[in-house]
Amino acid sequence: MAGKEIAIIIVFYVTCGVVVISALIAVFARSVINAAFALFFTLCGMAGFYFLLSADFLAIVQIVVYAGGILVLLLFGILLTHRTLEELGIEKRTTYIAGTIAGLAFYLILIFIIAQGLWHQIPPKPMAPTTATIGRLLLTKYLLPFEISSVTLLAALIGSAYLVRRKEGK
Amino acid sequence: MRELIEYLLTHVPLLTKVPSIFVYAVFILIGAGVVLGYISVMVIIWVYLERKVAGHIQARYGPMRVGPHGILQTIADAIKLFMKEDIIIPTSHKVLFIIAPFLVFFGAFAPFVVLPYSESLYLSKMNVGVFYLLALTAFEVIGIIMAGWGSNNKWALYGGMRHAAQMICYELPMGISVLTVVVFTGSLTLHGITNAQGWLPWQWFISPLKSPFTFIAGFVFYIAGLAATKRVPFDLPEAESELVAGYHAEYSGMRFAFFFLAEYTAMYLVCAVTSLLFLGGWNGPLPRAQGWLGNLLGLINVLSKTYFLLFVMLWLRWTLPRLRIDQLLSTSLKYLLPISLGALLGAAIQSAIF
Amino acid sequence: MLYDFANIVVFLVLTGVLVFGTLLVGRLVRTQKPTPEKNTIYECGEPPFGSSWVRYNIRFYNIALVFLIFDVEVVCLFPVILVLQHFKLISRTLMLVAVGEVAFFVVVLVIALIYAWHKGALDWLRAPESPYSVEESHNPE
Repeated sequence: MAGKEIAIIIVFYVTCGVVVISALIAVFARSVINAAFALFFTLCGMAGFYFLLSADFLAIVQIVVYAGGILVLLLFGILLTHRTLEELGIEKRTTYIAGTIAGLAFYLILIFIIAQGLWHQIPPKPMAPTTATIGRLLLTKYLLPFEISSVTLLAALIGSAYLVRRKEGK
Repeated sequence: MRELIEYLLTHVPLLTKVPSIFVYAVFILIGAGVVLGYISVMVIIWVYLERKVAGHIQARYGPMRVGPHGILQTIADAIKLFMKEDIIIPTSHKVLFIIAPFLVFFGAFAPFVVLPYSESLYLSKMNVGVFYLLALTAFEVIGIIMAGWGSNNKWALYGGMRHAAQMICYELPMGISVLTVVVFTGSLTLHGITNAQGWLPWQWFISPLKSPFTFIAGFVFYIAGLAATKRVPFDLPEAESELVAGYHAEYSGMRFAFFFLAEYTAMYLVCAVTSLLFLGGWNGPLPRAQGWLGNLLGLINVLSKTYFLLFVMLWLRWTLPRLRIDQLLSTSLKYLLPISLGALLGAAIQSAIF
Repeated sequence: MLYDFANIVVFLVLTGVLVFGTLLVGRLVRTQKPTPEKNTIYECGEPPFGSSWVRYNIRFYNIALVFLIFDVEVVCLFPVILVLQHFKLISRTLMLVAVGEVAFFVVVLVIALIYAWHKGALDWLRAPESPYSVEESHNPE
């Protein structure tokens, strides 16, 4: 089955290319809206990675929540307050410095976590559906996080209702 | 399809000589090509029928000139669209303008990966099945906003925004009513869900005898599907008296044709999924049979249900008036969402007790 | 599972070939005579004014916020609902407990829905609270 591996590698590198290029566009794009649309391709590429790692449920969640939910929210938000950085009164340089510091800090945290982690090489297993396993774990071992997530969503909704009301009142 | 390829790989000696990946690729490509051909023919027929049905409901003839009773009308339209000038407005955002039809069409076409036509006529039994169908609406939503924004046209952007808002709102009741069915099936594949229904109409999920909650969910799903494909009474995104033509106002020729194709494909998809989830799919009124005859009868069952639902869509178009935008959103969030949540809870309790 | 993914990839490639290939082939037969009139934005025949990339209504953002919360809910419910029948096969009490757990999750979100409804987050025209929208609903023109 050498052909299969080659095909997987080709798909993997093409997906990598899409993710990296679109992420670069998202970071360096002048207009916010271009950045948001480029982000869509990054998110879909990530879903492709999950598929290649046989995490089918996670891949779909990636598309449903990030590409279909958060990105739409982001786009609506941008269309709502579509202004250039100059109009908002933000100097480019300060954002660059702040962004660089935040990015570096995040990067350091990531390196720390990666270095801390115990990386066992798992022997390759046949790919199996994951959804039912996730569901079983959510209802037994991770029941509390599951229920807390619903309360978190409730809190998020209360927050969003408040936010929208405040904006409307202005 | 996979079984067929594996059967051929083990039984045809010629195929064992080439790498199996090529055999897979070629056969999947053939399958996808057949699906694409089917979609194109189906859309051509249904656009003709839509105009004909519209005509007869309004006591006129509809297209009559091209061919006998105008049956070649849509083919002529397709040729016209193919030969039309391809206009990209210089002030538009060209990259987004060009990518948008691709994304929208992919969002409508990719669901056919998991859509079975009968018991053994299918491309793949993906484990996440219906959840995958839900995910693909993201492509359409983003593609539509992209088209609206890329056109640099006020009407197009407003239509695109309306359509995106409408699609995301109606995605929720759709997802929850699918879950109502999954409560009883314990499977997300369209195969598993269809096979959980019996051969007789009262064993389908649409029947109140099977469960009153899936009965409600079936209607919620179909109504939400109508809205997600922006059919009347939910056709606000392209309300032509207000918004010219919605998000594709600036598109011409083949680029417009792909939006059009995607729209009709999405209609077909909603009807096909409704018929599989709620109307028993291939477990139809026609008798059960084995082998290829069973598949043929199953195919006829699925297609007749799907086409009936498509006809209902055309029928509704000339029966109901259009909603207002506030009514549209409150229909989803204030009626369909609570109803579907209630049906989900009821179904869970029913399956736990009985 | 890789087979399913291969299907999606093939569909993606085929869509690309179809959409861009048809346009490429169409170039051979279609006319191409741009004029200034054709190249302007269509605004019902009037010359277009201003940029269309303007600010939009907050309502869309509002709807998207509500959507996102319930979208995450649906995503969380999918794996959980899926295994209810598997639990039923093990034992009925287990199933009842599982349904109770799911019901708690759903009921919390129903409360969220009721709250949002009460606060008017689901309304398109937010009539009672803000003076702006009252004005709008009284004189629509």
